[in-house]
Amino acid sequence: MSKQTLIPVGPYHPLQEEPELFKLYCEGEIVKDVKWETGYNHRGIEKLAEKKSYEEVFFLVERICGICSTSHPFAFANSVEEIAEVEITDRAKYIRSIIGELERIHSHLLWVGLAGHFLGYNTVFMWAWKYREPVLDLFEMISGNRNSYAMFKVGGVRRDIQNHKIPAIEEVLSLVKKKTDMLVGAVMDDPVIHARTKGVGILSRQDILDFAAVGPTARASGVDIDVRRDDPYAAYPLVNWKVITAEAGDVFAKAQVRLLEMYESISIIEQCLAGLRKEKEGEIDVKVKYIPEGYGTGHAEAPRGEVFHFVLSDGSNSPARHKIRAPSYTNIATFKKSCVGQSISDATISLAAVDPCYCCTERLAVALDQHSGRRIMNAKEIISHSASITKQLLKQE
Amino acid sequence: MVLNELKTSFPDEILESTARSERRVTLRIDPAALLSMAEHLFKKLGFRFIIASAVHTKRGFEIYYHFSYDSTGLVLNLHVILNQEHPAIESLSNMFEATNWIEREMHELFGINFINHPNLEQLLSEGNWAIGEYPYRKKFKSNGEAQA
Repeated sequence: MSKQTLIPVGPYHPLQEEPELFKLYCEGEIVKDVKWETGYNHRGIEKLAEKKSYEEVFFLVERICGICSTSHPFAFANSVEEIAEVEITDRAKYIRSIIGELERIHSHLLWVGLAGHFLGYNTVFMWAWKYREPVLDLFEMISGNRNSYAMFKVGGVRRDIQNHKIPAIEEVLSLVKKKTDMLVGAVMDDPVIHARTKGVGILSRQDILDFAAVGPTARASGVDIDVRRDDPYAAYPLVNWKVITAEAGDVFAKAQVRLLEMYESISIIEQCLAGLRKEKEGEIDVKVKYIPEGYGTGHAEAPRGEVFHFVLSDGSNSPARHKIRAPSYTNIATFKKSCVGQSISDATISLAAVDPCYCCTERLAVALDQHSGRRIMNAKEIISHSASITKQLLKQE
Repeated sequence: MVLNELKTSFPDEILESTARSERRVTLRIDPAALLSMAEHLFKKLGFRFIIASAVHTKRGFEIYYHFSYDSTGLVLNLHVILNQEHPAIESLSNMFEATNWIEREMHELFGINFINHPNLEQLLSEGNWAIGEYPYRKKFKSNGEAQA
């Protein structure tokens, strides 16, 4: 048997700039096994949620993910409104879906850019991120923030999208549509991208079911699931759109699904804006006096797949238990299938293909301060800890 | 439809059935029947596993296994209650990969033992947390209220 070499990617991912450690066990150029280590980022959000009021939990869960910051409030609102049996107004439904879809557009653009960056195709990176900016500017116009929009609350939304702002949104949408055409052309017809992504990191239909993977990762392997259609919420049952799927299950299919989904998102937003025009301005929330005892299981389709929140209420002002499942939690585990048997250079794009969101997946880590015995870690210590782990790994070799 | 099928297949194992709506159903089941029911749901009826949520209450350690039947949007919760002293239940991770991490996480945070789990080592804290200390466990006063 030939000797296996350990190649660590992380603990600070050199390209994704997030804390995660993948250990690739290689024979020559071929990856034979992948192990994954987490725990570099302690936040304990599920526990924190038990100490906060329902209103405050929205701000907390919004900070789980720095990219798709509305997906967690969306699922949380769905689960709490299920407990309280609240039906929100149509205007609030439209606004929620508009925010959700604008976010999907900017998140998919971010991924396409990063995928290009991973492949060494930085022109795609520059383009995609350039045209992501106007979408973030829209968020600033709507909510005052480019990210963490604080739009959601139990019973509706916090801010209205006044009708006079609709033309500005439509203008950005038509720009994004044109630029998406350009990106789709650049990515789908490029022979280099084909060569680097086709037949790479394949996940079969059975793999998806076994790992319970969700979102574009599942849809690219022919598993036709989308919470927006299967268990409709917000304005999704009020508009026409279709779920994009592909069969190949490789990195190219995942890119294809994401790129084509952007067109659907644009179409959904356009229909929602038309819906907004028909509704009366200002009717954006219904009063919810209290959250009764019980539990709710709410989910929402985030850009990376289904976000699931389980909220248990004991009738008090805070959740008695709040369980959060981000899509990357199930998608990252598929690396065991997609990377093994690939060459090292293909493994990095296979790792990136599920659009992993580490801050969604990272849950808990406690480190003891060597000198004081306190359970903390500051930035300096994290860096030296990271360096010492790399040294240890090298020593094992 | 699928629920009726399930109820006829497991008449004695389902202890209680509650439905909030057509799309939200919870079945409290005998913990000993979990593996066979989950296998039936996943392999025969085509349910998708979402996640499992553990809760520590005065009744013991409760786990809700959330499954989704995507063609109708049904979210089915299999609810088991394990005892306070030695919470243990059969692992589902030999059947599919989907529960591998969450069972490790529940083991680490709540101290629930998953019997026959292929690799029940710590998932999140990598040895930085004291063994036998479970951060999500609660202490209950004699009247059953959770202590802060």
